[in-house]
Amino acid sequence: MTLATFFFYLFSIAMIASAVTVISARNPVHSVLFLILTFFNAAGLFLLTGAEFLAMILVVVYVGAVAVLFLFVVMMLDVDFAELKQGFLQYLPIGALVGLIVLVELVAVVGVWTVAPQSALATPTPGHLSNTAALGMVLYTQYVYLFEAAGFVLLVAMIGAIVLTLHHRPNVRRQNIAAQNARTRASAIENKKVPSRAGV
Amino acid sequence: MDLLISLLLIVVKSLALLVIGLVLVAYYILLDRKVWAAVQLRRGPNVVGPWGVLQSFADMFKFLFKEPIIPDGANKGVFLIAPFLTATLALAAWAVIPVNDGWAVANLNVGILYIFAISSLGVYGVIMGGWASNSKYPFLAALRSAAQMVSYEVSIGFVIITVLLCAGSLNLSDIVRAQDTRWGFLGWYWLPLFPMFVIFFISALAETNRPPFDLVEAESELVAGFMVEYSASQYLLFMLGEYVAIVTMCSLMTLLFFGGWLPPLKFAPFTLVPGVIWFVLKVTWFFFLFAMVKAFVPRYRYDQLMRLGWKVFLPLSLAAVVVVAGVLEFLGKVAQ
Repeated sequence: MTLATFFFYLFSIAMIASAVTVISARNPVHSVLFLILTFFNAAGLFLLTGAEFLAMILVVVYVGAVAVLFLFVVMMLDVDFAELKQGFLQYLPIGALVGLIVLVELVAVVGVWTVAPQSALATPTPGHLSNTAALGMVLYTQYVYLFEAAGFVLLVAMIGAIVLTLHHRPNVRRQNIAAQNARTRASAIENKKVPSRAGV
Repeated sequence: MDLLISLLLIVVKSLALLVIGLVLVAYYILLDRKVWAAVQLRRGPNVVGPWGVLQSFADMFKFLFKEPIIPDGANKGVFLIAPFLTATLALAAWAVIPVNDGWAVANLNVGILYIFAISSLGVYGVIMGGWASNSKYPFLAALRSAAQMVSYEVSIGFVIITVLLCAGSLNLSDIVRAQDTRWGFLGWYWLPLFPMFVIFFISALAETNRPPFDLVEAESELVAGFMVEYSASQYLLFMLGEYVAIVTMCSLMTLLFFGGWLPPLKFAPFTLVPGVIWFVLKVTWFFFLFAMVKAFVPRYRYDQLMRLGWKVFLPLSLAAVVVVAGVLEFLGKVAQ
């Protein structure tokens, strides 16, 4: 058994185990933490196949940014566990139905799917190019319009989220940084000659 | 058999790096305190060993022999994992740092991305510690810290991109080699990318929660931030992780802007000194700057911190990426 095989099974087992724990953990914060572990193992699997750039981006984007926000939200939610368990039986039939449909669809998709049988096996690093350079070459030439379109979709979503949550309250005193920085000694300090026993 | 030998080699290399690195960090902590004391006209630690050189080790043993106290309402598992996570992640970043030509435990093609990814995970130790303590001040500090680290990561990312555009590689050793010109220290990237260098330095302060951006542990507001409930070895691990992260940031600045192991001038007395000495000297210089900033800059207010990150550094560094790419294309110097 080579080292790569050993690590493949290690990452795979850890990934499946933590993915199962995500849905079985009682505490939602624990669920998110195990989700992070799942992402991490997925990054390990990417590394093993030689997709080093994808592995690092997975960690930066999903673990470093997306999961932090998840954790934020879940930590601040006031979850009542007793109440959460109460609805379980009530929602069980519809949940089971949705799960069943997804399972059937997955089996149908995977059952008829073959990995590009005619073409040669995909190599992680084509020729002398490094992984990152190879991805860049394809992304910014052949797929540039799709790439830009994806960027625009994200931009619109971001602006939408900001607009939805932005509300200006009129009675809040805000610091005007420009005005603050424009203050000089002359406009900020005033010397007064105070006569004795008279006050200002 | 080959497998075993290569595994053993990796273990030996990593251990050597860890031991030397941790001893170095112990002395950096002492340097930090000495510089801070000198600015305030104090003597600093001077009792344990001559000139206090053993102070960090004395502190370490003190923390190790104390009783770890776990609060009653704490989420025990997460509470105990958090400090380990902080220390482990901080140390893991060292794996790709080349201290000399070819002297790295792992010479990754995406070394800089690896460091960026690992340092973006540092926030988990803080959030987990703050949440698991089941106490109000740590929780508030954890929220602050998470927001702060996520904000400054963005501008750090863009600054790194400008360096990558100039160097044409994500490999840390290649980035250093790209700075190897006959101009010596004038050819390093701090000069052509000087505004980016300044932004990176300030963002590094914020990313590692150093003063003036130490709102995470603002004593006057939050007692001691997310580690209020921690004691003994757990506390030690948090402090260790923090300082190791600072040293990592210093070495990153050395590699990206100060030519890593390269000598500052390309003639006889300078070129004879081994590269690793230059590397450590440069890292020490940046750590000295960190210590000086801690000594004489007052703490930021939270809204000022967020404004600086999102409204000043983010647009500036984003514009810089466009400008640097444009200039490189105009001069025909785009790295292939």
